[in-house]
Amino acid sequence: MNPHGSDAATLGGRAGSDTAAVELVDLSFAYDVRPVLEGITMTIPRGKIVAIMGGSGCGKTTILRLIGGALKPKSGSVRVDGQSVPDLGPEALYHLRRRCGMLFQFGALFTDMSVFENIAFPMREHTDLPEELIRDLVLMKLHAVGLRGAAQLMPSELSGGMARRVALARAIALDPMLVMYDEPFAGLDPISLGVIGQLIRRLNDALGITSVVVTHDVYESLKIVDYLYFVSEGRIVAGGTAAEVRQSMMPFVRQFVDGQPDGPVPFHYPAPPYREELFARVD
Amino acid sequence: MSIDAAQGPSYWLRRLGGAVTGGVARVGYATRFLGAVLWHTPHAFRRIHLTLREIYFSGVLSLVIILMSGMFVGMVLSLQGYETLKRYGSDEQLGILVALALVRELAPVIAGLLFASRAGSAITAEIGLMKATEQLAAMEMMAVDPLARVVAPRFWGGVISMPLLAALFSAFGIFGGYLVGVRLIGIDEGAFWGQMQAGVDFWPDVTDGIIKSFVFGAAVSLIAVFEGYDSKPTAEGVSTATTRTVVISSLAILALDFVMTAFMFRGAA
Amino acid sequence: MNRSAIDLWVGIFVALGLGAILFLALKVGNLLTLDRAPGYRLEARFDNIGGLKLRAPVKAAGVVVGRVEGVRLDSQTYEAVTTLRIEREYQFTKDTIASINTSGVLGEVYVGLDAGGDPAMLKDGDRIAKTQSAMVLEKLIGQFLFDKAQESKPLQSGGTSVGGGAPQGVKK
Repeated sequence: MNPHGSDAATLGGRAGSDTAAVELVDLSFAYDVRPVLEGITMTIPRGKIVAIMGGSGCGKTTILRLIGGALKPKSGSVRVDGQSVPDLGPEALYHLRRRCGMLFQFGALFTDMSVFENIAFPMREHTDLPEELIRDLVLMKLHAVGLRGAAQLMPSELSGGMARRVALARAIALDPMLVMYDEPFAGLDPISLGVIGQLIRRLNDALGITSVVVTHDVYESLKIVDYLYFVSEGRIVAGGTAAEVRQSMMPFVRQFVDGQPDGPVPFHYPAPPYREELFARVD
Repeated sequence: MSIDAAQGPSYWLRRLGGAVTGGVARVGYATRFLGAVLWHTPHAFRRIHLTLREIYFSGVLSLVIILMSGMFVGMVLSLQGYETLKRYGSDEQLGILVALALVRELAPVIAGLLFASRAGSAITAEIGLMKATEQLAAMEMMAVDPLARVVAPRFWGGVISMPLLAALFSAFGIFGGYLVGVRLIGIDEGAFWGQMQAGVDFWPDVTDGIIKSFVFGAAVSLIAVFEGYDSKPTAEGVSTATTRTVVISSLAILALDFVMTAFMFRGAA
Repeated sequence: MNRSAIDLWVGIFVALGLGAILFLALKVGNLLTLDRAPGYRLEARFDNIGGLKLRAPVKAAGVVVGRVEGVRLDSQTYEAVTTLRIEREYQFTKDTIASINTSGVLGEVYVGLDAGGDPAMLKDGDRIAKTQSAMVLEKLIGQFLFDKAQESKPLQSGGTSVGGGAPQGVKK
């Protein structure tokens, strides 16, 4: 398994496709002076599910924002379906976003609308489809995630798992070519975890879309994804297929997969030596 | 423990300077925001139902507090005014007193303050929460501009509701004044209405009041949507933003009131 | 809250609001009552109109018969020229006196018309010949003090008493 995962050609070659769905090359991003991402290079081949893993606050969500064009990189390039995202004008960006779906952490459903209206929202905003057709489409999407009966409920009446599924249905409402998932497994019970994981896999294969999953849930990810990238402190430290990751002997990957408290990611937050601090004189 | 040596007077000066420049920058940012909101006005009216919904939430739901406050203010004006006017033998002028005080000043200002606390804070909280729960980001990712869909309708809902609320405040206030003045105290009904009609001119008295309430409506609505949109996406952030909306709107209303009154009533004897 | 309910309430709200504005305009204000009755114009010139304003009432025997329509200064004679609009049903004699009065201490300033016995009537555009200017408080006080001072002084020889007793004179 390649220690740095930056061997884009290897991964791309393995998938056997021509233009990758998403390509990041030497991407860097910083909030004012604080650097968040450095030298990120990754390829997401078409039709595959790729997980971006790492501890909290390592910049995973920022990668999604850069792919979606909500943020502009400091340097490097972001290409979606061959187009360079930061260089797109508002019109072109608008069209690109119509072809992408995003599942936000905790769903981000519109709380003043019912489940039905939430899923109908992108359809009503972007198409001129008549209401009867929209109704059918919404019911189909809901059926795909198993919530057709919940169409008239309000988001506040849904459980966490259900809300996540509705958000998934909304993300695929316009049959996008790329779906991004921001922590889809966060805070779910075991059954819902299994459901969401299965849905991501099945929808990806059934609809022929490409999925990018940002998460720190190794167990669920290894069950469904094709490739994984590991990010630590703004850099890619490892990458490979699910099988490779399971067998990897790299310390960082091992710590992550096994859930060990200490390792390349230290347990202790940087502090002065223990003995010194305990016995220090208080002035 | 070392003492921070920078706590001298220069430190406070720097902080003051920082606060002032920060404040000025914020005003500039808010102005550009207003420009962006106005730019999306056509959308708010093409999808008229979005704006109608906001008129309901800002205007209709404020009716109870506005009407009741209006009535009470009118009643108090009548009571207080009568005492003073009686001393000069001019108690039949009570009608004019109540009507002018309400229509020119009290209705736009008090209705504005009430609107800011009730509807303004609600708008800020709503937008702030939408930001905190990533609903606005979700909209952007779905290629729907939140300024057009969420912000502009709320802005125009407020601008349209305010003058109507102020007029209702005046009307109910005058009615309250009538109840106290004519029914309770016993002033001649004909004198009450007759003097009022003679003394209150549509132009400039009533129209100035309407202009004021439009201006206040625009100010409060802008501040409310801006603070919500600009809030930090945390629980504290939303609560800070709602407080700011009420405080800044109230100050803005009072300051604008002074400026407008100085212009409008400069010429009247 | 479904669409039709919202629409209904918003409709009610807007109707109420516009109704309130209408109420303010018509019942509280005087939007339609002014200048609606057919009328004719009379001119009256004063030395001093005091606090007389546009749209002040013109009363005869305490009854409002018209409004002050215009006020300007004649730059030749330095008199105040007022245009009075009188309702057509009220006719006044040619020797009517127009005076400027105040109703009560804090009351409004109005033009009072006292008709005389002349058989001829004033027509549209006529000028009221006799007018009595407003009593300006400061001048009254000044006059009073001056008169008092005059009384206590011995009469100067050959002096014409400056400034007589009557307040600002009846104008011919």
